[in-house]
Amino acid sequence: MMKLRTFLFILCMAPLTVFAAPPGMPLDEAPINTKDNESLQRGAESFVNYCLTCHAASYMRYNRHRDIGLSEPEALALLVKTGQKAGDLMFTAMDKKEGEEWFGVLPPDLSVIARSHGADWLYTYLRAFYRDSSTVPGWNNLVFDRAAMPHVLYELQGEQKLVVETIGGEEVQSLELVKAGTMTVGEYDQYVADLVNYLVYIGEPAANDRKRIGMYVLIFLFGMLGLTIALKREYWRDIH
Amino acid sequence: MSKGLNALREWIDARFPMTSNWEAHLSKYYAPKNFNFWYYFGSLALLVLVNQILTGIFLTMNYKPDATLAFASVEYIMRDVDYGWLIRYMHSTGASMFFVVVYLHMFRGMMYGSYRKPRELLWLIGMAIFFVLMSLAFTGYILPWGQMSYWGAQVIVSMFGAIPVVGDSLTLLLLGDFNLSDATLNRFFAYHVVTLPLLMIVLVFVHILALHEVGSNNPDGVEIKANKNPETKIPVDGIPFHPYYSVKDIVGVIVFLIVFCTIVFFAPEFGGYFLEHNNFIPANTLQTPDHIAPVWYFTPYYSMLRAVTVNFLWIDAKLWGVILMGAAVVIFAFLPWLDRSPVKSIRYKGPIFKFALTMFVISFFVLGYLGMKAPTPLYTLLAQIFTVVYFAFFILMPWYSKIDKTKPEPKRVTK
Repeated sequence: MMKLRTFLFILCMAPLTVFAAPPGMPLDEAPINTKDNESLQRGAESFVNYCLTCHAASYMRYNRHRDIGLSEPEALALLVKTGQKAGDLMFTAMDKKEGEEWFGVLPPDLSVIARSHGADWLYTYLRAFYRDSSTVPGWNNLVFDRAAMPHVLYELQGEQKLVVETIGGEEVQSLELVKAGTMTVGEYDQYVADLVNYLVYIGEPAANDRKRIGMYVLIFLFGMLGLTIALKREYWRDIH
Repeated sequence: MSKGLNALREWIDARFPMTSNWEAHLSKYYAPKNFNFWYYFGSLALLVLVNQILTGIFLTMNYKPDATLAFASVEYIMRDVDYGWLIRYMHSTGASMFFVVVYLHMFRGMMYGSYRKPRELLWLIGMAIFFVLMSLAFTGYILPWGQMSYWGAQVIVSMFGAIPVVGDSLTLLLLGDFNLSDATLNRFFAYHVVTLPLLMIVLVFVHILALHEVGSNNPDGVEIKANKNPETKIPVDGIPFHPYYSVKDIVGVIVFLIVFCTIVFFAPEFGGYFLEHNNFIPANTLQTPDHIAPVWYFTPYYSMLRAVTVNFLWIDAKLWGVILMGAAVVIFAFLPWLDRSPVKSIRYKGPIFKFALTMFVISFFVLGYLGMKAPTPLYTLLAQIFTVVYFAFFILMPWYSKIDKTKPEPKRVTK
């Protein structure tokens, strides 16, 4: 029996022995906290200033920002530049056709971008642009090769260049800041973290409510579990 | 008050078999007293069905079956409909949990021989339910119109195209177009919210009727009806379903809801297994994703589809894959006639059956795992090996179930 069990165990584990790490650059962990309203508000402001020029968040409404501590007038004052109303969806000002002409592809809607790509990918991506004169936008990206998007935050981060070293026979790519931006590295990381935090929030605005309500539901269910077990025991006392 | 109620009951009973049905199916339906953990999943499957129908109704009120609006309407439900996120997550989690409970329900049947005489028809009706469930899952997964909805459906639809002679016209009939398009979405919406749920409800009803005709099996695999109290004609080892199993199943329901709600409220994507990350990208008919994988409950069969890599006997590999995949589902239906063991339950079956069933479960999990991964030569080889193991469980059963050393069945159920 022991031999059989060992054999079965090895069979179970067989597929795992060839499990390899996914290709591509390792991603940095994004410091996400969707309960940090100050961070989310900073992210919202950056989003409107930079991203919304080309990208829409067309499933998100301006007045929904009540979730992150912005009342309707506050949200309008902070986020609206060109006369949209509180209940409006966050469309981009850019014309679709023009966008496609300029970038080759239509800049994607960012409402649920954090749900498809993940916060870590976005956090790494927005910090991994480098100068590359061989591409159309003049920029390239370590996690998204030949991204159509130019480095929009370049004034803040500065300019990076690609460094390729051979360590122990393997090519290792890294980035080096060659021209400083208006922010220090730490400041820029925080800026991107706030922005990604905001993208995570708009990916699922109800997420905090969901977890809060979930706690009450589980507490109720555990209470019910005790009661139903007692009821079952009472009925089953005479069954042997 | 009670006098008035009694009069009402009598009035109804004279016109509709209310009390007699209540007795036949609940208060005087005698179930074996030795049900264990594995016997919760039938009633749980019913609970999930009700959940899917109720949440489905509310989703239908706000969903738009239109290729240009579908994706946005799902996000509208998630954001602008009051508690729309809860309804949607209950439905999406319910879909996966439906398969969890149905797979466990089927496994229970395989362990305790619940498909054996006189329950063959009950088992076949269950197989029909399983097939409808798979169709429901497939048609429902298209509706959010994300990248995985579109390209996953593309893979499955192309399978129908592999069928000789009728393949192309069948595909056209299913799609309503020459390509997966808006017409397809409308069609699949109709299948998902009308045709298949109706079929499902009828089949579940018939499944329960058939069960109550033959009576439930139990972990010992002995017939409780064979041993009745001579005076009352009630099986000695039977207890009325209501109140005994109704109060017991409620405990199961609460435990299930704890698991279900933990997922719904704290991990609705379930790490990308219940809601795939790529499905948050709207369907793009011009951009095939790098890696297409169906949702977890289809991956064992998807592995088998991909496992066939050689043309054989004038039939090309793709069609063989489709045939194998279909056979892997249909072969369950033959279990009542494949099993030649003198006993029903695994408790009294011999070591060969225990080994075979273990290997079957392992192959199901390994194939499920491989179906999620991009194929490599090694993965394909493993998928081929475990496809053979999967089928060997069924095909060799008439032989090994006969020669296996069984233990004698007890006369009455044990604790």
